[in-house]
Amino acid sequence: MTQHVLSLLVEDKPGILTRVAALFARRGFNIQSLAVGTTEVEGVSRMTVVVSLDGQPLEQVTKQLNKLVNVLKIVELENDNAVARDHMLVKVRTDAATRSQVLEAVTLFRARVIDVVSDSVVIEVTGDSAKCQAFIKVLEPFGIKELVQSGAIAISRGSKSMSEKVLR
Amino acid sequence: MATETLTGAQGIIRSLEMLGIDTVFGLPGGAILPTYDPLMDSSKIRHILVRHEQGAGHAAEGYAAASGKLGVCIATSGPGATNLVTPIMDAMMDSVPMLAITGQVNSHAIGTDAFQEADIVGITMPITKHSFLVTNAADIPGVMAAAYELATTGRPGPVLVDVAKDAQNAKFEFSWPPKVDLPGYKPVTDPHGKQVQAAAEMILQSEKPILYVGGGVIRAGAHKELMKLAELIGAPLTTTLMARGAFPDSHPQHLGMPGMHGTVPAVTGLQKADLLITLGARFDDRVTGDIKSFAKGAKVIHVDIDPAEIGKVRHADVPIVGDAKVVISMLYDELKKQLGTKKPDYSAWWQFLNGLLEKYPLGYNDLDDGKLAPQYVIERIGELSGPEAIFTAGVGQHQMWAAQFINYERPNSWLNSGGAGTMGYSVPAAMGAKVAQPERLVWAIDGDGCFQMTNQELATCTINNIPIKVAIINNSSLGMVRQWQTLFYNERYSNTDLHTGTDTIMVPDFVKLAEAYGCLAIRVEKPEEVDAAIKLAMETNDRPVVIDFIVGRDAMVWPMVPAGVSNDAVQYARDAAPIWDGEE
Repeated sequence: MTQHVLSLLVEDKPGILTRVAALFARRGFNIQSLAVGTTEVEGVSRMTVVVSLDGQPLEQVTKQLNKLVNVLKIVELENDNAVARDHMLVKVRTDAATRSQVLEAVTLFRARVIDVVSDSVVIEVTGDSAKCQAFIKVLEPFGIKELVQSGAIAISRGSKSMSEKVLR
Repeated sequence: MATETLTGAQGIIRSLEMLGIDTVFGLPGGAILPTYDPLMDSSKIRHILVRHEQGAGHAAEGYAAASGKLGVCIATSGPGATNLVTPIMDAMMDSVPMLAITGQVNSHAIGTDAFQEADIVGITMPITKHSFLVTNAADIPGVMAAAYELATTGRPGPVLVDVAKDAQNAKFEFSWPPKVDLPGYKPVTDPHGKQVQAAAEMILQSEKPILYVGGGVIRAGAHKELMKLAELIGAPLTTTLMARGAFPDSHPQHLGMPGMHGTVPAVTGLQKADLLITLGARFDDRVTGDIKSFAKGAKVIHVDIDPAEIGKVRHADVPIVGDAKVVISMLYDELKKQLGTKKPDYSAWWQFLNGLLEKYPLGYNDLDDGKLAPQYVIERIGELSGPEAIFTAGVGQHQMWAAQFINYERPNSWLNSGGAGTMGYSVPAAMGAKVAQPERLVWAIDGDGCFQMTNQELATCTINNIPIKVAIINNSSLGMVRQWQTLFYNERYSNTDLHTGTDTIMVPDFVKLAEAYGCLAIRVEKPEEVDAAIKLAMETNDRPVVIDFIVGRDAMVWPMVPAGVSNDAVQYARDAAPIWDGEE
């Protein structure tokens, strides 16, 4: 299994998310995560798709995606020239005895506590997926009551913008 | 720009007129009723009322495939729209330019499970080139023009336009031409010059090249360019099921059809070649057999207008994205330049292939039970009708025999359901073809199974004066399935007997059925009756003709490569594989 991070600029049209997701399902490509949101250009959305491929070349994925009429541009963001971030909210069991240890972990991981009650805290953390996974590992012994995670979003390093060429 | 106040429904009809559409096939219903009203007043558009929406879809396909123009079908929401699903998928698989217009429930009712509501855009998403849901009348001209462009350019395909009933009823300001907004659609038609040069060099370095010609050459209208290229290099050539007619069968360089039921020379030519010059073909599993052992020693030049076809199944050593017509003529020029006055020498290759052509011609045997041989019937239809006729087929044995035993000399003369394998394609497709090309003789070569799926369109043909000829190759069974049961299931004939032969209870009696539809109906059981029946059919043009050819059910399609097996294992006839003289 190889993982690739694809950034797609798409027209903000009804059904585009279905078209992309359905294409992955139909062609047997595995989506690891998918995040979608607006961009700096009105009417254009951006999807970050993490795809894991078992033997198939990535080229088939991008070519098939390119056939979707509402897809404007696709780039693969590679580790060394891009940054990717996941966003995670996690509700951890705490009591008087464990709270300080949990808060210590929060500081170490540069996470933030955004809600506190007597028997739990909600923590927000941002980072690449390895960091998020490591953070979960540290919190597990205290008891994770609930966990929600966004798909990765990614952007290239440097001053170039993905939308430059496509969208006059 | 001057505008005119129209309803959305009038906008649909006016847009079709402005796009040059002269024929639509359809069947009205609640959600498309508004559009049928202005359609009645259009002097430019002929609407043909079908008996089932599937018939409208296949007729639109037949119209498109025979003429190269866009085929249009219309249906209402819900079941009307879902009845178009099969022809839409068929058009997708065979790259047929088709526009399907469907009514949708009122926009405020969408999502409420309203009467006859179906999410047809969602249902057809994987089987359309693109689709639109229109809920605002003002969007109609732009969507119609965009749908036309998408369906007919690049790799052609079906486009669905689903229009909510309130959008059909609403008034808006119509103007033409509208702005077509397709920023993400840029089909590549002109290839890279360097790739063409590389292809030419590879061709001249090869010793055993073969031109592997697919349906893309027909869709691109590139048959003349193909002829020039083929004759320039003198290489052997094979035309796939979708490409029959792209190159004349009578030409000495033509090895016939490749694939599961291909000729021994074509199948073997591909297997033993050192270079596949692939033009608008997609390495379909019915051509390649087991892909790992397909043409193992060959390099591949792959020309296709769809970049996603290149490298999908087989690695391409020289990939060329572009329109077949443009690429082939550039390739010709480049080869001509590199060759000068020389000609490539493929004499050793031809010696091998000529041996195969001589030893393994297409043929068939008479049947033990003395019944009519289906291949003979089809061969006679082809010979008596000649190359200017159009032949459509259903799916199964009769389709393969029609691909094998009719000589195709021109493109768009052979229409069939290649990728989808849709039983029931032939009668409505023949109807569409006859409407597109009324001066041509149009035969639907059908099976007794296929015919029972869509024969209701004979009513459409009779009433609208569309005199097609239907040849039912009646072996009283689902013949191809039965052939597999004979070969691979110990002759256990599970659910393949259709009881339509003369020695059965004959339900239905095709002659009576055809007569009920107002057709001239003829039954043929003996070889000596065949020619007279075909000639009578050809002379009868005041109504459709149906000939019920009662043929032997034990006839099989040969040659054959069993599914999933290497093409090296092609069998010329049952238990008769070609013997290779010391090679490999």
